[in-house]
Amino acid sequence: MATSIKDLPRDEVVMKGHGACAGCPSTLALRIAGKAFGPNAVCVMTPSCTVASLGLIPKAAYDYPILNVCFATAGSSASGIVYAYESLYKKGKLTGEMPTVFTWIGDGGTYDIGLQAISAAAERNDNYIFICYNNEAYSNTGVQRSGATPKFAATTTTPQGKMEDKKNMPLLMLDHQIPYLATASLAYPTDFYDKLVKAKNTRGFKYIEVFAPCCTGWKFPSSDMIRISRMAVTSGAWLLYEAENGKIKFNGPTAKIMEGKVELSPLEDYFSCQGRFASINRAANKEEIIAEAKNKILADIEFMKKRAAF
Amino acid sequence: MKTILDTGCHIVAQAAKSAKVDFVSAYPITPQTSVVEEIASMVQRGEIDCRFLPVEGEHSAMAACVAAAATGARTFTATSSQGLLYMHEVLHMASGCRFPIVMANVNRGVFAPWTIWVDHQDSLSQRDTGWLQYYCASLQEVFDTIIQAYKVAEQIKIPIMVNLDGFVLSHCVMAVQIPDQEIIDRFLPTVEPAWRFDPQNPTSYVSVTGPDLYEGFRTSLHQDQLKALDLMVQAAREYQELTGLYHGDLLDLYRCDDANTFVFAMGSMAEELKLSVDILREEGIKIGLIRLRVFRPFPKEAISKVLPEDATVVVLDRNFAFGHEGGILFSELKDALFTRRDNVRLLNQIMGIGGIDLTYQYMAEQVKNLLGL
Ligand SMILES: Cc1ncc(C[n+]2csc(CCOP(=O)(O)OP(=O)(O)O)c2C)c(N)n1
Ligand SMILES: [Mg+2]
Repeated sequence: MATSIKDLPRDEVVMKGHGACAGCPSTLALRIAGKAFGPNAVCVMTPSCTVASLGLIPKAAYDYPILNVCFATAGSSASGIVYAYESLYKKGKLTGEMPTVFTWIGDGGTYDIGLQAISAAAERNDNYIFICYNNEAYSNTGVQRSGATPKFAATTTTPQGKMEDKKNMPLLMLDHQIPYLATASLAYPTDFYDKLVKAKNTRGFKYIEVFAPCCTGWKFPSSDMIRISRMAVTSGAWLLYEAENGKIKFNGPTAKIMEGKVELSPLEDYFSCQGRFASINRAANKEEIIAEAKNKILADIEFMKKRAAF
Repeated sequence: MKTILDTGCHIVAQAAKSAKVDFVSAYPITPQTSVVEEIASMVQRGEIDCRFLPVEGEHSAMAACVAAAATGARTFTATSSQGLLYMHEVLHMASGCRFPIVMANVNRGVFAPWTIWVDHQDSLSQRDTGWLQYYCASLQEVFDTIIQAYKVAEQIKIPIMVNLDGFVLSHCVMAVQIPDQEIIDRFLPTVEPAWRFDPQNPTSYVSVTGPDLYEGFRTSLHQDQLKALDLMVQAAREYQELTGLYHGDLLDLYRCDDANTFVFAMGSMAEELKLSVDILREEGIKIGLIRLRVFRPFPKEAISKVLPEDATVVVLDRNFAFGHEGGILFSELKDALFTRRDNVRLLNQIMGIGGIDLTYQYMAEQVKNLLGL
């Protein structure tokens, strides 16, 4: 267990010169993942900001063996690697310790186009770690809506704000009865690190989703990325939990929220510092909209409490 | 060498076993289904030392094969029709990655409307995906070609599709000679892949590539495709030396020696055409058959060599080249012979679409009609 970021290993997989925006949450998250997994790991990436910022061939800013794959195939590609390793190790064609296999996939490649293959891999309980960094939009193609974009958020395909709620992807994955699932936030890096290590040491299909506020897409100053990560958790917009063999345990501030020990921080504050919610701030019925969003959060919290007691 | 009597689908599975594949991922579709069932049960019974990944669709099947190849596994899959079309994006990826995946495709017409019966629209519409393509005419050829395909694919580092006609071959029972494993191992030794994941030496594979390098990667794929012709000939000959089994190099020629008229076709219909040729010969027509074993790369030189100056070639296509006069083989052949500028005459008919039965009598009649006889 890491109690402070000072406890994290010194290893760096994200090298200098990558092409990500300043304050990119995915890049920071990948840095932490590198520390948790160590050098004996292989990675699958789908088209996304991560790939766009990796650098042009023959250079690569991320120090893992990475296979770039088709957008819809994160789930099946990682399964292919794992089964191939299992075969080659069994036959003695490879020896030593089998590498950790993980995916590094955006919400578009997870919630939307990739869902089918991920669901199948989870149902088979294939032995790898599926990591989704959720920046709540297709950032790489210029910030279009995804199934993870929250209601009211403006994207280039929902210029007036999205009309629909996001889907609850972690819950969907939980109902695949996988051995380990976790949500994480960059405002709580040691919690994220511990979850990655736990996933590495668990056999079967692991799903980790890290909340990734994208300054470019959400329109806030890059220096606010960690602050907004934290506000998402304290306002209840992002719930921190993990589930070992289906048993849910809330973490960090979410645990206190669930126990009723702390009040939710004002959702207005979370909305007002992001340009993507500007239309709410301008709306005549601003109060009403915020009340609706808040009620949805409260309903989700109530639901998750019952789900955890189940 | 032992002889077994089995269906085309089971022979495909047997070939994957004999090739000692490390990894198979596939998804069922008529008429390929019993390939998947047979491989899955061979794995469960422990008859083949391989991992079988039962994916939820063909897009995933091909993606898993590509990833397994990136891990260094000898990789196999099989599909048909919609499944092949569904793979399309990943087919391009597999050839671009230069992974030596071998796939059996059981030819079937494409939707819409639905059909489950044979024509060649599925595989021919994947012509430009960068895969090499064989077409077989018997179950013995299916077995032998899958083994040869691994040899060629692993030498040239390009994936290969081995095609067999739905039902006519996939569900037909024929006697097939299976060479001793030790002979196959000699023909097809294990080779170290050109690239695989290596955490000791981490490299990123097929990421974003600027125009300065992208064109070079694509051009080398194109040039190596053409180089594969020689390797395919070598593989056919070497296999013949070791096993005595042979179906032609790039072409299977029947009664071509003194011919001035030729039928040109591929797949099971081309085997049947040998009987049509016999009938037409009896009627005094100096006719022979050119059965195309290899469609990609297109064996332009080999075909041209067979045809005398004043040859008439009747091309029988089991596909459409939509928006273009004539079928795909017809336009390929016209293209191949264009520079000769002699008196070669080409005739074309599209037939056997969606499983219409092509008997030798029917085809002999059609050839005569085309020749105006
Ligand atoms: C089959 C296919 N469709 C569309 C695209 C174009 N595309 C590339 S990245 C991307 C969005 C990625 O979104 P996400 O997975 O959330 O990653 P992010 O860019 O937000 O990090 C899209 C639509 C593609 N590469 N492949
Ligand atoms: Mg995204």
